[in-house]
Amino acid sequence: MADTTPAEEGTRTFGTWVKLVLTVGLAAALVLVGASSAGAQGWIKLANAVIAIVGGVLGAMALFWVLNKLVEMLPPAWEERIKPYVFIGPALSAIGLFLVFPAVQTVQGSFYNEDLSKPVGFANYVSLFGDKSFISTIVNTLIWTIAVPTLTVAFGLLVATLTDKLSERSEKYAKMFIFLPMAISLVGSAGIWKLVYDASLNTDPASGAQTRIGLFNAILGLFNIPQVQWLQTFEGKLNTLFIILVFVWTQVGYAMVLLSAAIKGVPEDTLEAGRIDGASERRIFFSIIIPQILPTIVTVFVTVLIGAMKVGDLVFAFGANSYDADVIGSRFITELWTNADLGKASAIVVVLLIAVIPILIYQIRTFKREEAMR
Amino acid sequence: MSTSTIAAKAGKVGASAAKAGPLIKIIVWAMVAIWTLPTVGLLVTSFRPTTQQFNGWWNALSNPTQLTIQNYQEALTTGSNPMGGAFLNSLAVSIPATIIPILIAAFAAYAFTFMDFPGKNFFFILIVGLLVIPNQSAFVPLFRLFGALGINGTFLAVWLVHIGFGMPLAVYILRNYMGTLPRAVIESAKIDGASHFTTFWRLIIPMSYPALASFAIFQFLWVWNDLFVALIFLQGEPVMTVALKALMGQQGQGYALLTAGTFLTMLLPLVVFISLQRYFIRGMTSGAVKG
Repeated sequence: MADTTPAEEGTRTFGTWVKLVLTVGLAAALVLVGASSAGAQGWIKLANAVIAIVGGVLGAMALFWVLNKLVEMLPPAWEERIKPYVFIGPALSAIGLFLVFPAVQTVQGSFYNEDLSKPVGFANYVSLFGDKSFISTIVNTLIWTIAVPTLTVAFGLLVATLTDKLSERSEKYAKMFIFLPMAISLVGSAGIWKLVYDASLNTDPASGAQTRIGLFNAILGLFNIPQVQWLQTFEGKLNTLFIILVFVWTQVGYAMVLLSAAIKGVPEDTLEAGRIDGASERRIFFSIIIPQILPTIVTVFVTVLIGAMKVGDLVFAFGANSYDADVIGSRFITELWTNADLGKASAIVVVLLIAVIPILIYQIRTFKREEAMR
Repeated sequence: MSTSTIAAKAGKVGASAAKAGPLIKIIVWAMVAIWTLPTVGLLVTSFRPTTQQFNGWWNALSNPTQLTIQNYQEALTTGSNPMGGAFLNSLAVSIPATIIPILIAAFAAYAFTFMDFPGKNFFFILIVGLLVIPNQSAFVPLFRLFGALGINGTFLAVWLVHIGFGMPLAVYILRNYMGTLPRAVIESAKIDGASHFTTFWRLIIPMSYPALASFAIFQFLWVWNDLFVALIFLQGEPVMTVALKALMGQQGQGYALLTAGTFLTMLLPLVVFISLQRYFIRGMTSGAVKG
């Protein structure tokens, strides 16, 4: 699971190939099942997909080949000057066309009406900030921004520290299970956790007894506690917190991997020095390990924070936006998708963009500092 | 003390000198259980017949003979968004949206690593900054642009969006990796008269395969698991996440189809993830942990 040294690489090549073949085989089997289950239309779709894949990839390769040939026809001095831009050109065009330019247009659009045909000044912002439910959306997003990275780093640190003390095998498997939710989509996670949070009323047809199908409520049932409507508990924004837990469930694996690598990188002699001085394990953890892995903790915190700010699909998939658990990311989709108010949707994104600016400055500064150390 | 430290050093380095007591083992495996049980519950529920779903999934463990694959058959073939067709749509979206940006980003990363040109620093810092910008900020204008071009609802539209959204991270990861490759190899290729194009194809691409693989996994999972881009730009051709969200909207039909559908959406990402997690982890650590 964890980090392999270059020496290990060679011995693992065979295993890697076996895995690769298995993966491709399984994927192919899935494709065939999918295609046949969708009937005749399925095979047409499959053919389309294959054509698209081959065409798209070959097209991209041909683009570079042609561009390169064109530049090679130029005089050598010009060729040297222009070639870098040919190499970065397509990437920069994609970024400019599909990211930078639209973002600028979004800022502009936030001052326009529903179909962006008429300028309305600050009307969208006035209406948003005059709306209690939007203020609540901002509060929820703030809770996400603070709670998600804090909980993720705390759990990640706990798992990374504790698994480090297990045998190598146990460590590998424990980590894999905690890591797995990272592969699951947020819509899928909502599907999984809907079942855990279920609070519906069910009756056993044979005995007529009341039954609980949600895991959490069933546990409460063991203590004769009435069912809790987890996702509809508005008091203290608890429902937001319950959705946050699902997101944390998907993120802890990420924090664990990075923090674990950092903990393993702590020099043994600094720990030994602490032990000789008679420090307790807890003291060693807080006074020796934590200060040394602090840069990684900050990196993980910021990365998870950025993810938490943008999140929308999880809340949307839970349908929790109707339960006062809306965040900016899901409110945006409601405004765009359900209400088709492009001006207001743009204004919501602009709020998010402004909130991101401090992190953007921080990221660029960190990058420049790291570049200087290279 | 000293022998145990040496033993620890031989096996593992770092803070692992202390042995795990029973308390630590209990906490770790309890956390593993908490992290796994929800998914186990989903899996068991998805195999239970609709008529049995009036009680919790753990009841099925006492008589497993009643389990059925009927929920899967139904989820794959019936309903307004059958999962079988959605699976193909997801593939048709994800594979090109993974491979095309890698190729484009690799060229850019090569230039950022091995070439000198005016604006190099500016453009790269722009890319670093864009890593943070929320993708939602591009939705509305792109929706209008693609509408004007008449490509809304086509696979092309979704590919273009994902190529744009994935590009900053792709260039960033690949450039960081290429920066660690030995420059001497490139220099000697140059002396031998190899052009940049040849050096790129023959040397850099083969040497960069770990970074290419780790970005490919990131991007594949991102695209496959995405909901909003598909929802907005690919109307009429539901991918798996969109089909699953539609299933969730149909209240009162119980968990049978919902759980089967959820597991179907997870299947391919889990296979890819488990078999290639080494590359995924390497990508994460090389991208974020420095020094």
